[in-house]
Amino acid sequence: MTALFFYIFAAIAVASAVMVIASRNPVQSVLFLILAFVNAAGLFILLHAEFLAMILVVVYVGAVAVLFLFVVMMLDVDFAELRQGFQRYLPVGALIGVIFLVEILLVVSTWTISPDALRVPIAANPPAEVITNTEAIGRVLYTRYSYFFQAAGLILLVAMIGAIVLTLRDRVGVRRQNIAQQVARTPEEAVELRKVPSRQGI
Amino acid sequence: MSVTDTLLAVLLIALKSVVLLVALLVFIAFALYADRKIWAAVQLRRGPNVVGPFGVLQSFADLTKFFLKEPIIPASANKGIFLLAPLVFATVSLAAWAVIPLAEGWAVAEINVGILYLFAVSSLGIYGVIMGGWASNSKYPFLGALRSTAQMVSYEVSIGFVIVTVLMCAGSLNLTQIVAAQDTRIGLFGWYWLWLFPMFVIFFISAMAETNRPPFDLPEAESELVAGYMVEYSSTPFLMFMLGEYVAIMTMCALGTILFLGGWLSPIPFAPFTWVPGLIWFVLKASFLFFLIAMVKAFVPRYRYDQLMRLGWKVFLPVSLFMVVLVALVLKLTGLAPRSAEPVPVAPIALTQGQTP
Repeated sequence: MTALFFYIFAAIAVASAVMVIASRNPVQSVLFLILAFVNAAGLFILLHAEFLAMILVVVYVGAVAVLFLFVVMMLDVDFAELRQGFQRYLPVGALIGVIFLVEILLVVSTWTISPDALRVPIAANPPAEVITNTEAIGRVLYTRYSYFFQAAGLILLVAMIGAIVLTLRDRVGVRRQNIAQQVARTPEEAVELRKVPSRQGI
Repeated sequence: MSVTDTLLAVLLIALKSVVLLVALLVFIAFALYADRKIWAAVQLRRGPNVVGPFGVLQSFADLTKFFLKEPIIPASANKGIFLLAPLVFATVSLAAWAVIPLAEGWAVAEINVGILYLFAVSSLGIYGVIMGGWASNSKYPFLGALRSTAQMVSYEVSIGFVIVTVLMCAGSLNLTQIVAAQDTRIGLFGWYWLWLFPMFVIFFISAMAETNRPPFDLPEAESELVAGYMVEYSSTPFLMFMLGEYVAIMTMCALGTILFLGGWLSPIPFAPFTWVPGLIWFVLKASFLFFLIAMVKAFVPRYRYDQLMRLGWKVFLPVSLFMVVLVALVLKLTGLAPRSAEPVPVAPIALTQGQTP
């Protein structure tokens, strides 16, 4: 049963990953990317890593991919134009691809896993009946790796502030709404009652 | 496990899902009717009153009408995505109900990370909206989809913080255990709506924003965008969008019931009231939340878009973040924080620095 689901998820994930680069329309690419993410989450569930699976969906599918889609939809990309140089650049691209492939093969073929590292997942993985996966991750993340965790948070904060600083423009001459001021207005200062003489106006 | 056992288990899950689906859809048909009746009553109108006694069968008449109409697909639309969008929206909204415990042990899937699953699935609904808006290849649907995306992403943040506070109090991500944590001797005063009242208010408002309900229905604001991302949809695809929307609203009501109103627990914790089946309490509480949402639709005018964003980012986000810290502090200082039954020490990790493979 697990094997069946593994092959379903894996096949869809790989196929949609291929479609991400193969499809002509960028919006369709992003949609296939989302499909790949969801299937990766399915693979996590098969590994009994349900917390990681849900976080993958919440963070990547629910937030990051939405922003991707947002940006891609706004772009008006002309694909006929983009593909014009395809033939010309093909040899260079193929060469770079082959070099990468050879390098990866060289690295992977000599890969050995240290005996210490092999023990780690067994040692750090408490039995599922005793402790849930979420709690286990929380215990490790907030005790052993709490400094790294907070450092990662700070890096994200810096990135966020950087983005705001880059795009913030303080324009002059723009009328702004001050909500507190509006709420604090009273009839005494906002309304003026005047006696209007008949047939004369003010 | 043998093949027959597996098949039986799969069949059982399928049967449970079908029963839940039918019950939910029938309930939503009446909820839709109730929504219109409440709205009408506030405005001193009669509301739907023709089909069946007092018009109770109006939703079924509408359903038949939508099925029998002709679906129209705009010539310049991206046909595949155009038709996929309502399917995604309806499926994802219905999928959320897999983990909701309607009574003790009455969930199709009892999973450890139930609340995270709900949060994840409810955030997927955006894709239906965004795909529909983009594939229609038209201005108003596209604007509606953009608005909807920004709105849902913004309010998800505050809903996330609300969920975090409840989790800190309950000490579990499992929905059944969250309800069980509210089971005290003082009945409805032990539920989290009282202890986390500010969070309940934030959750209620964010839930409306998340599901595009009035007063936050800017993605489909009639006066500005005709019907937002749904403009080009007709017939069954439109029905699926509308259905998905109401299912999402009921999901939020059910989530509010579980997080703040004690799920299936009886509000008065002694004999004659505890005999009432948990399912009835659950439905009553969810219906009460739905009634509140329907009333808000009837008497609150629509927000302006910049005010909506201001409310989400400048009011709810800081307040809910502050509340997370405050609740954590109170739980820590008073020793009320839930503990797991037996603390398991983190196993020592063999790797030390400098030992690279």
